[in-house]
Amino acid sequence: MDLQTSARDDMLIVSAMEDRIDAAGAIQFKDRMRELVQVATQRVVLDLSRVQFLDSSGLGAVVAVMKLMGPGRKLELAGLTPTVQKVFRLTRMDSVFTIHAGVPEGLRDAG
Amino acid sequence: MLVDAEGYGERPGDGTGDHVRLLIPSEAGAVRQALQEACATWLLRSLTDDARGTAEIVIAEALNNIVEHAYASHAGEIELSLKRSGGKLSVLITDRGHPMPGGNLPEGRLPAADPENLPEGGFGWFLIRTLSQDLRYCRADGRNHLFFRLDADQDLRQSA
Repeated sequence: MDLQTSARDDMLIVSAMEDRIDAAGAIQFKDRMRELVQVATQRVVLDLSRVQFLDSSGLGAVVAVMKLMGPGRKLELAGLTPTVQKVFRLTRMDSVFTIHAGVPEGLRDAG
Repeated sequence: MLVDAEGYGERPGDGTGDHVRLLIPSEAGAVRQALQEACATWLLRSLTDDARGTAEIVIAEALNNIVEHAYASHAGEIELSLKRSGGKLSVLITDRGHPMPGGNLPEGRLPAADPENLPEGGFGWFLIRTLSQDLRYCRADGRNHLFFRLDADQDLRQSA
């Protein structure tokens, strides 16, 4: 699972570089994210703009990452593509995460 | 592995009876590959983007459940058959794994989003039941048969 990071101030941006987070890659995604969120930034924004498909295993992994960040820190999501957005909307997980339409300009290449 | 695909290729076939059949080993990586193969077929590319996205979600959840539960204790093969007639895509999935507990499909209730203890699973059957139509299951000839239909012309702007 290729995840690239950039940091700015108190925000870590993690960009998923693969086009799916599915049952075949969910554990790998979670393990890699576990390492990346060790940094002490308050906010972590997960850029999903390249991810075309996410199944319930992928959804569970994203939820698990937020939980392992611990209380007081937030996992935010950005750039949901239509099918990914549908999974979050139907399961009402869109109410659990702060979801940004896109990664704010100037943050994408920051760091 | 794509074994039979009138719906495969760059162009539609003769327009009637287009179907796709795939044999899939009971393993998550093989399910991913099969979904990618299915989505590349003309049959699924004839669906609207929204309908194809929905189809990929529902079929993925059904196949992953078979890998994780029906074939939890032994490996086997899954057969996925897709057929379009008019505005509907018919999906039939069979396997030789364990039968559904109690002979019935799970209720698929949406797990409660308790902020103190967010659910990490249990969404699969909820998604299948929410997004599919005419969902049926039976056990016959030592095989599980799961059937459902999906809208082929579904449009996000109308279904939102």
